[in-house]
Amino acid sequence: MAQAQTITEKILAAHCGRETVSPGDFIEAKVDLCLGNDITAPIAIREFEALGAPVFDRTRIALIPDHFTPNKDIKSAEQAKTLRDFAKKHDLELYFEVGQMGVEHALLPEQGLVVSGDLVIGADSHTCTYGALGAFSTGVGSTDLAAAMATGEVWLRVPESMKFVIKGKRRRWVGGKDIILYTIGKIGVDGALYRAMEFTGPVIDGLPMDDRLSICNMAIEAGGKNGIIAPDKVTEEYEQGRARRATRIHASDPDARYHSVHEYDGADIDLQVAMPHLPSNAKAVGEVAGTKIDQVVIGSCTNGRLSDLEVAAAILKGRKVAKGLRVLVIPATQAISLEAMRRGWLETFLEAGAAVSTPTCGPCLGGHMGILAAGERCLATTNRNFVGRMGHVKSEVWLAAPAVAAASALTGVITHPDEVM
Amino acid sequence: MAVLRGRVWRFGDDVNTDEIIPARYLNTSDPKELAAHCMEDADPTFARKVKPGDFIVAGKNFGCGSSREHAPVAIKAAGVSAVVAESFARIFFRNAINVGLPIVECQGASKVHNGVEGELDLAEGVFRAGGVSLKGAPYPEPMRKLIEAGGLMPYVAKKLDTGRKG
Repeated sequence: MAQAQTITEKILAAHCGRETVSPGDFIEAKVDLCLGNDITAPIAIREFEALGAPVFDRTRIALIPDHFTPNKDIKSAEQAKTLRDFAKKHDLELYFEVGQMGVEHALLPEQGLVVSGDLVIGADSHTCTYGALGAFSTGVGSTDLAAAMATGEVWLRVPESMKFVIKGKRRRWVGGKDIILYTIGKIGVDGALYRAMEFTGPVIDGLPMDDRLSICNMAIEAGGKNGIIAPDKVTEEYEQGRARRATRIHASDPDARYHSVHEYDGADIDLQVAMPHLPSNAKAVGEVAGTKIDQVVIGSCTNGRLSDLEVAAAILKGRKVAKGLRVLVIPATQAISLEAMRRGWLETFLEAGAAVSTPTCGPCLGGHMGILAAGERCLATTNRNFVGRMGHVKSEVWLAAPAVAAASALTGVITHPDEVM
Repeated sequence: MAVLRGRVWRFGDDVNTDEIIPARYLNTSDPKELAAHCMEDADPTFARKVKPGDFIVAGKNFGCGSSREHAPVAIKAAGVSAVVAESFARIFFRNAINVGLPIVECQGASKVHNGVEGELDLAEGVFRAGGVSLKGAPYPEPMRKLIEAGGLMPYVAKKLDTGRKG
């Protein structure tokens, strides 16, 4: 009988021509797609060009200028130009110009460019997002991207897997963001260091794809190598008419070996807020309700998808943002922007007194479009609340899901959506 | 392999890449410019005071957060000879190996005090500082091959036989 394996192990084995792999094995695996952005790709391009090799496949290298775009200054414009010129020179199929682009980890799944069973590496730490489709995907640095652009391969150490079983039922308003913040709060920011985080259980089964993407997106915030959810009916429906390549469906064997198994009860998971300055400082929203805020950001690769805007629009509809508060809404892709406009949600945001932006990572990493001054506090649907992450070293980022962000936008203090709905 | 000597700059647990090199400086990848802001949001005086050969010594999960290779590049360009920590975040670990910044995982690194003189024997993987002697975890064999090849790109060049120099 074949050795029992986790879904992560099966995907890795399939990409290095082996029947099985075990945690701790070093493998050189084939990548289905590699990606870089306007911050990380310039270094990769420099390294790649020094190598003097051709690209391994012009259809499997995605370059997405999303961090400091639309170009925030001259130096950023030069960096974005590096990507544009390189894509042209090597005739890359997957270069996305401003006006067609989106935040990379929202864009690639949406466009069906990453699919179930893939192995994807990206020079961006939140590349782990695509695990929601049942793919192995992980963040690497620029040099790893340069090597992959030439060889189509990456060296990896097969990670141990941790299993997270979310039992019971999901409480009202609670979504993927709350589940992952709760999990990180339990295990800490290095609780999954070097490991795969596999999510399963009835609550996960009942989660829409956008929520699953939010969960896997933040696996890195627990130090995880990848987050992963086995494909099911929800995945199949999401990929229907979208996937640009054949999907390969894997699932963990019932007797697969795990580093550890963690069971949480949906009834215990309320809406979460992560206090500064670590994502693991997660509290139930009630514990921090009333905390005054200066800015709200709704967007990012974590929570800038259509269903995130839907909940925000439902809460803000026909109301006004609190006096003295800045509220920024950043749809994560062009398609999301367009659909939100068609459904009248952008109108809702604008009428409420929020600013609506073109897709960009922008404020999430303190790039542009909403930088904080000393002493200011932002409640954001983003993924990191490190010191100085969104601006001044004496500013604060508090993390939450769109429902809490939108409710708080109405009051100017951290607020449970039940208080306003 | 060399024995490295320098002053210890001590940092805590979970030092993230935003502290190592804040994103507001990522509109360049020039090592000199990055070095001028190295560790700025953890210690604004660091880049000014650090001397060639000095060590960064930290607790667990050093380099957590973003995948920016600018972080090990900034540390290396600032003159730091090696980073010694209880543990490293995985992307930072890869990046450091790939850009040729020596890093050593040492249990007990948190016991080392700020400001003491340190000595790292790279061949033995032993770090001594302020009366403390720590044995580093050995690199796994495949990683040693990468380091011996001079990093990932020289390794790839050899594999692809592209004739890349260095």
